[in-house]
Amino acid sequence: MRIPHAILSGVLVISVAACSGTQSGTAPSEAAGGSEIKVGLLHSLSGTMAISEVTVRDAELLAIEEINKAGGVLGKKLVPVVEDGASDWPTFAEKATKLIRQDKVATVFGGWTSASRKAMLPVFERYKALLWYPVQYEGLESSPYIFYTGATTNQQIIPGLDYLKEQGKKKIFLVGSDYVFPRTANKIIKAYAAANGMEILGEEYTPLGHTEYSTLVNKVTQAKPEAVFNTLNGDSNVAFFKQLKSAGATAESMPVLSVSIAEEEVKGIGVDNIAGQPVAWNYYQTTDNPANTAFVKAFKDTYGQDKVTSDPMEAGYNAVYLWAEAAKKAGTVEVEAVKKAAGGIALERPEGLVTIDGETQHMYKTARIGIVQPDGLIKQVWDSGKPIKPDPYLKGYPWASGLAQG
Amino acid sequence: MIRKHLPFATIAVLALVAAPLLLEPFRLSLLAKYLCYAIVALGIGLAWGQGGMLTLGQGVFFGLGGYSMAMYLKLAEGGGLPDFMVWSGVEELPALWTPFANPVFALGMAVLGPVAIAVVLGTLVFRQRVRGAYFAILTQALAAAMVILLVGQQGLTGGTNGMTNFFDLFGADLAADSTQRGLYLVVAGVLGVLYLATRQLVNSRFGRLLVAVRDGEDRVRFLGYNPATVKTVTFAASAGMAGLAGALFVPVVGIISPALLGVVPSLELVVAVAVGGRHALAGAVLGAVLMGYAKTAFSEQFADGWLYLQGALFILVMTLAPKGIAGILGRWRSARAT
Repeated sequence: MRIPHAILSGVLVISVAACSGTQSGTAPSEAAGGSEIKVGLLHSLSGTMAISEVTVRDAELLAIEEINKAGGVLGKKLVPVVEDGASDWPTFAEKATKLIRQDKVATVFGGWTSASRKAMLPVFERYKALLWYPVQYEGLESSPYIFYTGATTNQQIIPGLDYLKEQGKKKIFLVGSDYVFPRTANKIIKAYAAANGMEILGEEYTPLGHTEYSTLVNKVTQAKPEAVFNTLNGDSNVAFFKQLKSAGATAESMPVLSVSIAEEEVKGIGVDNIAGQPVAWNYYQTTDNPANTAFVKAFKDTYGQDKVTSDPMEAGYNAVYLWAEAAKKAGTVEVEAVKKAAGGIALERPEGLVTIDGETQHMYKTARIGIVQPDGLIKQVWDSGKPIKPDPYLKGYPWASGLAQG
Repeated sequence: MIRKHLPFATIAVLALVAAPLLLEPFRLSLLAKYLCYAIVALGIGLAWGQGGMLTLGQGVFFGLGGYSMAMYLKLAEGGGLPDFMVWSGVEELPALWTPFANPVFALGMAVLGPVAIAVVLGTLVFRQRVRGAYFAILTQALAAAMVILLVGQQGLTGGTNGMTNFFDLFGADLAADSTQRGLYLVVAGVLGVLYLATRQLVNSRFGRLLVAVRDGEDRVRFLGYNPATVKTVTFAASAGMAGLAGALFVPVVGIISPALLGVVPSLELVVAVAVGGRHALAGAVLGAVLMGYAKTAFSEQFADGWLYLQGALFILVMTLAPKGIAGILGRWRSARAT
């Protein structure tokens, strides 16, 4: 041990100097002051979730650019501060803290997996800052500092089940990734099945990122269900649908209804493996609506003609507009004022009319069932006719009374 | 004598006085996080640098410490079942959780749990003369198994989410800046004490024996010592440090999840020790703080491509200075002395 002291001196000198260095770089920029408003974008730009989340970030950047072109918010330009959540939940919490405390952003748009939202939730509640979360999720949550612009269960999963019931499918098999969304979703599905005379033949989970599905597909085909409800996430879907196809199961004999597969994922799975299968969302690239035609065109013009738009991208794109509208109505970007102003705001979005429910901070959204087409897009075959009121705790469903408080 | 202790004293003053005064609360808690990793790195420096045991699974011990602490914090909130159990469909508190309501038990388990596992593992493995790459692979497999176990037991551990949303620590509001500052001082203090203790250990007769085991295990055995005991004790000490670091990490960062203790974070720490210089304890500490800081700084500046920079830094240091930064500084110092 000849050298330790000099080095040890180095350790903290460097770290203290380095840390205070970054400190001087960030002039205390009052979110509402100056001619700019900073907003945070926090998605995974690396790791397993990057493939999906980068597209949402792109859609949000597009919205910011469009709003700036139209004159900004309260006469000020929006400046995005982009951070990488790295598909790692603690990193989401750290970067959220950084955006709030150091960059002093007016609001944050971010997250995809429920795990990342659960990790960020205490941070936003602690510092009383706003998060706009753009992905469908499992419900049973309503944080006063989160706005949920994706679907909650009664706007996606329950309409999906209604659809299967309408089709006369009574024997269902549940397949999901092993984390909070699929487990909670399946809890809800089982309660629904019990109340509606459906039979659950089996319930199987695989770890996130799992790619060996021959055993599971065997189990499913041997149980002979009339339909499969699929809550697998990410890469696993590729292996699952390939195995399913090679086992001879078809969309006609045994449809697999998925709630995490949108246009972007269809490309990864391979259209051949999934064409004909049903999915449940609130928006498709093919949704017929002038606002959507403009959105799809703007997105393709900015990011390339081969790009597709999907439900979470649209929900992220909407989030920026909805927040901007609330800020305009409030006359400030101050969090409590924006929250108060947000309730009741209604905008024509690519998916149709979206209204913020002030009480739950969820959106009124139209549920849509679609079928994957051979060209990779999704064609709507059923919709709820009008936007459905969000009901994250499923209070309006008698069969779900035991779920909210486990 | 004064000259000898001057550098350490300077650091202590910088860490305990200057840093809390100069840094913003957010940066200070980040520094506290790096120092938690530095405690783990110190253990790796002892086991690998001094003892030649390349342990790729320190995340396991870090995780045991972290989860023990998190279980206590979750139960300390009161108000019935922890939130994740409610949404995982668990109806009553599992028996495994009950004793963790006691902070002394939880803290004890955070350190003694890892020590016990390391002793059992060490006794089994070192007596069989498993070493080198085989030992490294074994510890790495342990880290992978631990993650699968934690993810699979969602009702018991929170699954992939892990545990978060902690409010208070021994009655203090965890969100308050003053609590975070206090926590930082505790972490820095623990690191300082452990560093001094480890240095004492390395300079003692035991330390010489440890280095001897590293460089010529069979010769030590012929001299009548039992290398398995020496290695087991060292491995257990490094495991205990990792466990304690995990327990400190949870209140500082406010979350524990399997992503923090799998194969990748365990490897990252070994890489940090290599960058700092594994043959000097201070090198290990320096490496952990530097890599932690680099990760934050790179990812803030270049959100899109920071992983490449982190990799480049590692390759650069390893090719230009195989002995790490400590090696460079040591060479520079001895050159100046002559």
